[in-house]
Amino acid sequence: MADPMRIRAVAKDGIVSVKILMSHAMETGQRKDEAGKAVPAHFIQQVSATWQGKTVLSATWGTAISKNPFLEFSFKGGQKGEKIQVTWTDNKGDKRTDEATIN
Amino acid sequence: MNQTRRNVLKAGGGASLYALLAAAGLLQPDAALAADWNQKAFEAKNLKDALGALGAGTPANSNDIVMTAPEIAENGAVVPIGAVSKLPGTESISILIAKNPTALAASFDIPAGTEPAVSTRVKMAESSDVYVLVKAQGKYYVTKKEIKVTIGGCGG
Repeated sequence: MADPMRIRAVAKDGIVSVKILMSHAMETGQRKDEAGKAVPAHFIQQVSATWQGKTVLSATWGTAISKNPFLEFSFKGGQKGEKIQVTWTDNKGDKRTDEATIN
Repeated sequence: MNQTRRNVLKAGGGASLYALLAAAGLLQPDAALAADWNQKAFEAKNLKDALGALGAGTPANSNDIVMTAPEIAENGAVVPIGAVSKLPGTESISILIAKNPTALAASFDIPAGTEPAVSTRVKMAESSDVYVLVKAQGKYYVTKKEIKVTIGGCGG
């Protein structure tokens, strides 16, 4: 299981801005290891964020997203103290969900 | 999206599978469809094929899309890209890098209530034009910017 995401969600003037830092190797499949063998691709394909059961962002990613991906977005309506959940799924079927409280 | 749904129908041999998926709640418009990973688009080797696979064809240039990115990226492994759409009814924002081994880097679906603005970090194999593609009210618009990379990043 991968390390937890770091999620920061801050409400201001009715808009919640969310910053997420994920922990993932994001291997492109193009890189070779020391023995010259290609390292298989291993990368996050899908990310979604939900608030109050509503999807506030969903993304699909290719291999070009940097290692330990960063994502920033914002949505209307969230209040302090409410929770948001973020889930990613990678190409090997690994999955991780983390939750954060809006500040 | 429609194309994927069509493939599902074809593979399953018809309406019965569709009914099954719908009954299982797998075809809810904003949950399941938004999360589809468009394999054809993500595996496209060049910009034109990626745009084709996204259903964007030849998008119109627009000044209402703002891309925030460095002119020169010192490290191609980590290039910050921000994209803001001022087009009304923005449905999705995609980032494409023309000279990467696969052009499409990311697609973001923007549901109602979410600001049409995202930021992330991408890898660039070499200096290249970077495109932000926006789908708004069913039409596609694009803006581009050349980013020079001093150290290659694909692989790191």
